[in-house]
Amino acid sequence: MKKILTFFLSTFLFFTNSNISFSIEPDVFIQSTVNRAADTLGGNFTKNERIEQLKQIAKDTVDITGIGYYSLGSHRKSLSKEQLSTYKKAFEEYFLKSFSSRLAEYSNPEIEVISKNKLNKNYTIVLSKLVATDSRPEVKIEWRVYTKNPENLLIRDLIIEGLSLARTQKEEFSSIINSNDGKIEALLKNLADFSAE
Amino acid sequence: MKKFLKSLIIILAMTTGAIAGSDGENDLSKKKAGQIKDCFEPLNRATFALNQGLDKIIFKPVAKTYRILPSPIRVGTSNALDNLSSVVTIPNNLLQGEFKKAGINIGRFVLNTTFGVIGIFDVAEMIGFPEYEKEDYGQTLGSYGIGPGCYLVLPVIGPSTVRDTVGSLANLAGGDAWYNVTVANDTQHFSDFDYWGTRISTGIDFRAKNIESFENLEKNSMDFYASVRSLYLQDRQMKISNTKAIIETMDDSDWEEIETN
Repeated sequence: MKKILTFFLSTFLFFTNSNISFSIEPDVFIQSTVNRAADTLGGNFTKNERIEQLKQIAKDTVDITGIGYYSLGSHRKSLSKEQLSTYKKAFEEYFLKSFSSRLAEYSNPEIEVISKNKLNKNYTIVLSKLVATDSRPEVKIEWRVYTKNPENLLIRDLIIEGLSLARTQKEEFSSIINSNDGKIEALLKNLADFSAE
Repeated sequence: MKKFLKSLIIILAMTTGAIAGSDGENDLSKKKAGQIKDCFEPLNRATFALNQGLDKIIFKPVAKTYRILPSPIRVGTSNALDNLSSVVTIPNNLLQGEFKKAGINIGRFVLNTTFGVIGIFDVAEMIGFPEYEKEDYGQTLGSYGIGPGCYLVLPVIGPSTVRDTVGSLANLAGGDAWYNVTVANDTQHFSDFDYWGTRISTGIDFRAKNIESFENLEKNSMDFYASVRSLYLQDRQMKISNTKAIIETMDDSDWEEIETN
């Protein structure tokens, strides 16, 4: 009787809870994301399967639209709705390709989450380290986690040894636009060419 | 010598925009991303292309060969080169008023040079000294509030700024004890070869540690030149502010405006 009651209670709790989303701490979120990526990189998959899985992880955990807007900097304000929509699509394709091909090179990276630092209600920085190997020294990686919606945390930047990838990308995009008389079309072409390669 | 130093100061004041009315705040910290003074961009891009060519045919193959050496040899070489760099770091600790760090680095240098066999073994780290952080004259000038000036790409050496280039000239003007005993003065114990040998080894060691990172960055950049420039300037900003917590000093306003969630 006790077992039946426990079973019913567990079943009830499972079904009621399955519709409730719950908040997760940023450091736990990063560790679970990292573990998910490590499973993909260390698993027995073909390169294409690995890339597709990494793309899915990025879609689930990274604020691709937010990073895209940030990377445009002040140019974002001068774009029409149509241009912004075209850019958003081109950026997502570019980002997913760049993200997955960057990571696919690593085999079984071991990342340990060390601590977290809440900047404000919207951002927490999670500090982690890529464990050293024979061919590579230890690398400090900070993750800028967007926490505005605690039920849907998203990564907005990776700061590797103090160097922000988002900032680097923003300056790269700015350089492309500025060296083409401020025309966004040049950036869109570059993004499309990169994704098509 | 006096004339040389005088010329350096004049060049520095002219090209970095250091003015008497400056509020003393680090110029880099005021700059937002995208506001880079790349005054000589066409020339810089040409030099960057030249350096990439040299890297492809000389530096990268040499770095790859160096990587074949057993790990203890590479670690020992890297430690010895780091130890030697203390002779530039320590005076810069003092010039920046970081007396405690200077004391620690003097202790580290003495320990590693003696018990660590000319720095091959990092004895100081083994007994719990804090992590070693290199300092140079460019960083010291930055810490005095002197802005970076124009971005420069130097042949062979790579990314720099006017301030950092002027700062590195201080090494040749008596600021680097290793240069003084090898090149500047005939001490009978060392020769020019020893100095340039260590400089080249430092370059190879750095390149060997970053083979994959550079390949990855190049492969995933649409404008590799702009990416390297951004990373160099961020790195210098972090080093000048003497903090690992770069996030605290960066302008977050661009992020704050973006709401997608």
